[in-house]
Amino acid sequence: MIAAASGEVLSFPILSALVILPLIGSIVVALLGKSRPEWIKLGALTSSVTTGALSLWLLGAFKSGEAGFQFVSQHLWISQWGISWHLGVDGISLFLVVLTGILFPLVIVGIDPHHNETSYFAWMLLLQAGVMGSFLALDLFLFFVMFEIVLVPMYFLIGGWGYDQRVYAATKFFLYTMAGSAFMLVGIIATVSLAQRDLGVVTFDLVRIAEGASFSTNAARWLFVSFAIAFAVKVPLFPFHTWLPDAHTQAPTGGSVILAGVLLKMGTYGFLRFGVYLFPEAAMWARPVLFTLAVIGIIYGAIAATMQRDLKRLVAYSSVAHLGFIVLGTFALTSQAVTGAVIQMVSHGVSTGALFLLVGMIYERRHTREIAELRGIQHVAPIFAGVFTVVMLSSVGLPGLNGFVGEFLILIGSFGPARWWTVVATVGVVLAALYLLWAYQRVFHGEPDEANSTFKELTLKEGLLMSVFVAIIVATGIYPKPILDRIEPSVKSFIEHVEGQTK
Amino acid sequence: MNDISVFSGPSIEWIAISPVLALLAGALFLLLVGSLTGQWPKRLYALTASATSLVAIGFSIKLWLDVSNDGPKLLIGGSLALDQFALLGTVAICGAVLMVSLITSDYLTRNDAESPEIYALYLTAAIGALIMISSNDLIVLFLGLETLSLSLYLLAASNRQQTSSQEAGLKYFILGGFASAFFLYGVALTYGVTGTTRLIDLNTVLNSYIAVPRNDAILLIGIGMILVGFAFKVSLAPFQMWTPDVYQGSPTPVTAFMASVGKIAALVSLVRVFVVAFPSRSDDWGIVVFVLSALTLVVGSVVAIVQTNIKRMLAYSSISHAGFILVGLEAASHSDSVNSGDGLVAVGVYVVLYAALVVGTFGVVSVVARNTNEDATSLDAFKGLAKNQPLLGLVMTVFLLAQAGMPLTSGFVAKFGVIQSAVGVGSYELAVIAMICAVIAAFVYLRIMVSMWLADPASTDVVVVPMPSRVAIGLAIVVTLGVGFLPSLILDLGANLAQLATK
Repeated sequence: MIAAASGEVLSFPILSALVILPLIGSIVVALLGKSRPEWIKLGALTSSVTTGALSLWLLGAFKSGEAGFQFVSQHLWISQWGISWHLGVDGISLFLVVLTGILFPLVIVGIDPHHNETSYFAWMLLLQAGVMGSFLALDLFLFFVMFEIVLVPMYFLIGGWGYDQRVYAATKFFLYTMAGSAFMLVGIIATVSLAQRDLGVVTFDLVRIAEGASFSTNAARWLFVSFAIAFAVKVPLFPFHTWLPDAHTQAPTGGSVILAGVLLKMGTYGFLRFGVYLFPEAAMWARPVLFTLAVIGIIYGAIAATMQRDLKRLVAYSSVAHLGFIVLGTFALTSQAVTGAVIQMVSHGVSTGALFLLVGMIYERRHTREIAELRGIQHVAPIFAGVFTVVMLSSVGLPGLNGFVGEFLILIGSFGPARWWTVVATVGVVLAALYLLWAYQRVFHGEPDEANSTFKELTLKEGLLMSVFVAIIVATGIYPKPILDRIEPSVKSFIEHVEGQTK
Repeated sequence: MNDISVFSGPSIEWIAISPVLALLAGALFLLLVGSLTGQWPKRLYALTASATSLVAIGFSIKLWLDVSNDGPKLLIGGSLALDQFALLGTVAICGAVLMVSLITSDYLTRNDAESPEIYALYLTAAIGALIMISSNDLIVLFLGLETLSLSLYLLAASNRQQTSSQEAGLKYFILGGFASAFFLYGVALTYGVTGTTRLIDLNTVLNSYIAVPRNDAILLIGIGMILVGFAFKVSLAPFQMWTPDVYQGSPTPVTAFMASVGKIAALVSLVRVFVVAFPSRSDDWGIVVFVLSALTLVVGSVVAIVQTNIKRMLAYSSISHAGFILVGLEAASHSDSVNSGDGLVAVGVYVVLYAALVVGTFGVVSVVARNTNEDATSLDAFKGLAKNQPLLGLVMTVFLLAQAGMPLTSGFVAKFGVIQSAVGVGSYELAVIAMICAVIAAFVYLRIMVSMWLADPASTDVVVVPMPSRVAIGLAIVVTLGVGFLPSLILDLGANLAQLATK
């Protein structure tokens, strides 16, 4: 049974497949583990590449002019509680789904776990299923389940394959996020319980609640706060960010890429899809606080990044700064800013993911990430340095690369509703250039000393892997129109919904 | 006048008490035939006990169907209640007896101490438990309570070679005696005020203002003492001190039995007494339950963090579970709200799922601890378990995640129901406290998981899991995951749970 919101009936439930396929892959890999160790990677690849291909197909089949949810799939799951398996994709979630689809196979191909392959790949695939589900869920309960279940594989990935302080970092990650979602669970239940008075039935359906229920101003504000805590921890917003540098530094490269690439976006996406959509008035009310925290994050993240000695920690703090921009754009609630925020979610995923990959490659070669230990790599590995330059500049937000598009739209769109915050945030753009270029200078310029003179150039496999990232970075930067065309209609109708509710 | 021949006892509905009769027959058979014959073939004692509880479960299912057709009713002159709330508890208790008997058989076989007494005591304890949960009279409840408690004292001390077991038995006996005394005094005071011990009649009398003033001190003291008696038995903070010592000292299968059967019986009867007999004073006891619940949650989760023995950890975790169940009772105390029935349903569902969960967890502890010395239930025994035996590690991980309340496990369904009932009646504070405590408790489960998955194995000994334990643990896993993925399975049963027998 497929309910089609846009009036069409699709025979193949592609969104369900996107969630279930990696899950099946995970189970198969876990079961194959003992008897057929040689098939593990093949199995993991097959399932993640198929998922990636499906997500690309989804990108092609997505109707670019439409605002509503497409490919909707709805099945009753827990009838007593009005909970259904309700998936749908619109312009806001489309590119996050595609990013999730292609980032995982790249990570699985590109990064070798070194030990315990079976469980590594099984957890990885389970993670993909959870992240996919979070971006596709249109049911509050289903979203919560996916949002929460993601913690388990990520916990094991950090704890099992990370560096020295991995157990500490993994536990901190798990508890911080879980504490955040504790509030959200109470918020979700309260939302449903209050919405029941308007709707007459118990339902966890996001669209029905957002369109049909009206909450009292006071209740909506409390509910928004309960959601906002969960998302603020996940993003993470200052001052809830302290788990992030630890988790990133200690996580294995694959884990970091996924964490920065898609996991953090569950927070910013959650703000948009759930926080603002359900409680527009409360979001408006909370705006000044969120703007301030976002801008503090931008400046603080940049300053902290400047001072890091560890390259990976530097990238982690740069994430805090970048996500500040996204939050700023999200809550500016103008069509330009929100579009920019959505693009920036994807761009940050690509460029920071690529940065973590490159840092991982440096660590593989030199077994250190201390900036002071690295010198003159440009001389011995020019291609590596070139790729690093492109990725870094994308992260800085150089015009012509993908980072610029989102940042520019966010700053333009936020200037109206949040003038002074935007002015301060712009300083962050300059700071980003400072810390990244300075780090680049220290690591790549100069004469290589003995340890660095044997630094290996990119291998063919690594080169192919990075070329995918570089291609996306350049293509998005030069010709963002096809992406904007798909995002904008949904954002516009989203803004209309918000304005309609706050008048 | 007092001619004995004119006395006519109440008519007894034999069919309706068939689960109790089945257990009684099994207990007598084990004791009589077991003592008259020589040593039975291996595992036959355990199989007899299991078969007995299976028969009792069969009878309960038949009664369940009768009740769904004919509605709940009172038995034997109004001293026992036959309703779905009691029957669900019956199934949970008999299921726990079934699984614990299987685990015990492995435990005793290993110690070369197979004998019928322990199984007979399980069955008599279960009889007491069944009487408790279905009693509609404070005196009958006390009889059940004592039957259960006396059997538990003996069970706790049943390992004669181990002094810690003796100590546990004695400690439990003394504190249990205290609790019974409190309870009985409370009953006496209540009887003094109202002139009845029947729960239904109590409610009738208390509702008439002429008979009992609103703030009758003796009545409130009586209710308070009944609550204190229960609080000891259920180990609610601040009456929980005995629990960790007794749980640690008792043989592991007995601990599983106490944590499941003992707890369920006390909790279900506690809920019945307060909801049926004292709803008119719910303003008074509701706030006490609120405080007890919050305190129990905090103590159970926080103190668990510093424990190093896994049985003590699980003892504290069982304390915090009791706190969660009390959240449901607190919701049921809002008798003015239309949603107060949800609290009862949530308690019923929680209790059943908790039984399977706790027996499964202790089942794993019991088999893991068998390879090392008898006291070796320290956390070290679990080091590297998952590395040596991934399947056993995975099973334990699922149990622990379920105890932490992760989605897609039964633990989440249970917690969700309770939180939903609390939010439904507006107890947001308690819901938030409970969720925060769940996060704190999660830290404890993470510690166990860390040592299973991430620590290096202390030895390469392989833990052998004998067939009976496999069956028991397998059953628990099926319930945990089955209900986790398809909560409707259990929620269907909960539909009429709130209809308690009143006539």
